[in-house]
Amino acid sequence: MRQYEVTFIVDPVLSGDEIKSTAKTYSDMLEKEGAKIVNVDEMGLKQLAYSINKRSSGIYFCIEFSITEGSVIPGLELALRRDERIMRFLTVRLDKYGVKYNDDKRNGLIGKVVKAKDKEEKKEYKKGRANKPVAKAAPAPAPVAAPASSKSEEE
Amino acid sequence: MASRDDIKFLSNPNIGSKAKKYCRFKKFGIKHIDYKDPDFLMQFINEQGKVLPRRITGNSLKYQKRVAIAIKRARHLAFLPYVTDLLK
Repeated sequence: MRQYEVTFIVDPVLSGDEIKSTAKTYSDMLEKEGAKIVNVDEMGLKQLAYSINKRSSGIYFCIEFSITEGSVIPGLELALRRDERIMRFLTVRLDKYGVKYNDDKRNGLIGKVVKAKDKEEKKEYKKGRANKPVAKAAPAPAPVAAPASSKSEEE
Repeated sequence: MASRDDIKFLSNPNIGSKAKKYCRFKKFGIKHIDYKDPDFLMQFINEQGKVLPRRITGNSLKYQKRVAIAIKRARHLAFLPYVTDLLK
């Protein structure tokens, strides 16, 4: 049993239903081939780092599945390649750490990296890193609370 | 006035000694590098979108290779640019 994940970018010009059905096509196709769908992640509309087919944004999907034989993959990739609605795709086999990472991510155990630009936020992020699970929630309300308390002191 | 005991060094002894670099993947036990997380991978590329060398990031060889692979995958999926300027 090997676990794979296929990430693809769907054309954003399509309507909402068409986009959903596109993703559904492939998860159904995999299921028919005997794959077990672990998770379908819709990452939503994102700006592309460079334009593809004269589009500057795309809708990202990621399907995670486990399967006994890898012979399904070429068929899947051929279908993705022929599909005009798909702008880009990538299939990756996950090792045991990858599987664990995705599990943890789904359960909200993995926090987002704070961009280096916001230095103050980064500092708080670093502070929060010591007590790990609370780190995600803690930095956000802190700046809001701070000015409010100082105001009340003035009054 | 400062007594004789207060004066220990004439100049700051920490000048010239640099903090030792370390591999963050080994130190924090990160086993998997996600190519779908461009904000994380941003730490390993320069302003032109090139992969930073080990000399600067301090990564171990094993994880530097994996970082490079993750960045290449992210580029293919347009999470990161192939060529650019003023990325940061």
